[in-house]
Amino acid sequence: MLKKIFFILFTLFFFIPNSFSKEDVKLKKQNWSFQGIFGRFDNSTLQRGLQVYQEVCSACHGVKRLRFRELTNLGFTKEQIVNYAKTFEILDGPNELGEMFIRPGEPTDTFVSPYKNKEEAIAINGAYPPDLSLLTKAMKNGPDYIYSLLVGYEDPPNDFELPDGLYYNPYHDGSVIAIPQPLYDEAIEYIDGTNASIHQLSYDIVNFLSWAAEPELQKRKALGLKVLIFLIVLTALLYVTMKEIWSRIEK
Amino acid sequence: MTKKFKNKTLEWLDYRLPIFSVLREALVDHPTPRNLNYWWNFGSLAGITLIIMIVSGLLLSMHYVAHVDLAFDSVEHIMRDVNYGWLIRYIHSVGASMFFLIVYIHIGRGLYYGSYKSPREVLWWLGIIIFLLMIAAAFLGYTLPWGQMSFWGATVITNLFSAIPLVGDNIVTWLWGGFSVDNPTLNRFYSLHFLIPFLIVGVVFFHIIALHKFGSNNPTGIDLNFKQEKIPFHPYYTIKDFFGFGIFFIIFSIFIFFLPNALGHPDNYIPADPLVTPEHIVPEWYFLPFYAILRAIPFKLLGVIAMLGSIFILFVLPWLDTCKVRSCRFRPIYKQFYWIFIFNFIVLGWIGSKVPEGHYLIISRICTAYYFMHFLFILPILGMFEKTLPLPTNIFKDSKKK
Repeated sequence: MLKKIFFILFTLFFFIPNSFSKEDVKLKKQNWSFQGIFGRFDNSTLQRGLQVYQEVCSACHGVKRLRFRELTNLGFTKEQIVNYAKTFEILDGPNELGEMFIRPGEPTDTFVSPYKNKEEAIAINGAYPPDLSLLTKAMKNGPDYIYSLLVGYEDPPNDFELPDGLYYNPYHDGSVIAIPQPLYDEAIEYIDGTNASIHQLSYDIVNFLSWAAEPELQKRKALGLKVLIFLIVLTALLYVTMKEIWSRIEK
Repeated sequence: MTKKFKNKTLEWLDYRLPIFSVLREALVDHPTPRNLNYWWNFGSLAGITLIIMIVSGLLLSMHYVAHVDLAFDSVEHIMRDVNYGWLIRYIHSVGASMFFLIVYIHIGRGLYYGSYKSPREVLWWLGIIIFLLMIAAAFLGYTLPWGQMSFWGATVITNLFSAIPLVGDNIVTWLWGGFSVDNPTLNRFYSLHFLIPFLIVGVVFFHIIALHKFGSNNPTGIDLNFKQEKIPFHPYYTIKDFFGFGIFFIIFSIFIFFLPNALGHPDNYIPADPLVTPEHIVPEWYFLPFYAILRAIPFKLLGVIAMLGSIFILFVLPWLDTCKVRSCRFRPIYKQFYWIFIFNFIVLGWIGSKVPEGHYLIISRICTAYYFMHFLFILPILGMFEKTLPLPTNIFKDSKKK
């Protein structure tokens, strides 16, 4: 009896936290292909996402933990990646003369961040545009949050006092944000001809950033399924063996 | 002298260094109560988890760099560039949570079946020492990735020492190796994080020696006097433990492969920044009940004392519980208080994740008070007045036996 009460209380307890906490803005939840146990990334949306990053985000944000060679996972060929990497200028050195020099990028290089350091980024922007490599992992419900943020810009309510140089976005902490709305309908022209609505742009960039944050995701889940199947079979066999061995004394 | 082994080389070696006969005694012949239920699996589960943590930690240490400018990047290097580095790291980080989950259940089992009572008090003490070492190892390990939560967690916890009168601030400076949490702090935390697991291994050996002196307690809690009540550890409990490992590995794998960050805090994927304080600084889930006790009390020093006291009180538990009957099965009233205690502990954990304001603060104070009430009043008084059920003379007469 008491056990029952305990378990009822226990289950109830998992519903309490949400009802107690102060009301959060509801995120615009999307169906992400990479969620769930069979989750996979969709290459076409990743490639479009890279284009969005390249043409919009990269002006202010880096993805410094990503290497060009990793783009093979997006379905690009080695040749395409070599050519793509070449378009970046990498500061290298020092050479034999003790001087730093600029060389074209190679697949083993990481993406180049737009600013030399955090201080320069702040000096130019007034606020620090964070590196995007781990963004979706660094916040709760990262993909849905970033998506909502990108499509969630709106005019402030009449009684809202917007500080100078900031923008109104109900999804951001305190409803104000330092970055002006980065994506609009038709902000860029997709190479594959997809209609570049703000939803599509935001959806694609979030896919790309999720991949950038967890490039191992697909491999991890695929391996996980194999491991689980193996373990379930093994455990079943162990169970049968256990019953067999214990039957010797349980007569 | 009778020969112990058929193999001549083994016999020769064992005669001079009796490790094989000791191992055989402990893992094969050891007479074990035949009525142990699945709750007795968690000791060996904790053992295997300790080994997994040491092996995965060793592999991580080959790639990790303990420096404030490099630690975060080196962890990401492990995640991205090291072959199966993500697997090793997730095994280690999820493993820490699993280790605590197992040990909490293991302790909970000890509380339910009265495993701490005479003559197993020292066994119980050694277990608490292991738990304390685990807490230290987990806290130190969590600082190593040098993310926001690492840094601020380290800051908050080391600052607790400043509550010590007179010398508090000096102690904090000494712990930090400077005037703030910085590179010397990270270095020594890494060093100690590497050391503690081996200390745990040492105490685990003592734990096992103490266990084998009187053998395992059992669900009836009675002393076993008949030979037929015990069976050799192998094959009966080896196979049962292996089956338990199987179930555990399935749960462990679900977290590693599908929910690797569910038990962690997203803020720790932001590199540490001493100039930006996270909105809420919360420890990992397994520390939340103690964190709640710490914050329930308005005076820092008292809070620290209460938090430490909530664990150290377990050392005197064998004497606070005045009832001679071990198992809850024969203590109908204590059984109810046991579940209330467990529920209270879980509520404390939930409160630990909240900002201590308004009704959260009130609940946390009630729960903290109840936590100590349980040990200091309920247990001693219950032992005197509770009418326990009649004990069976042997485990075969136990009505609940399958």
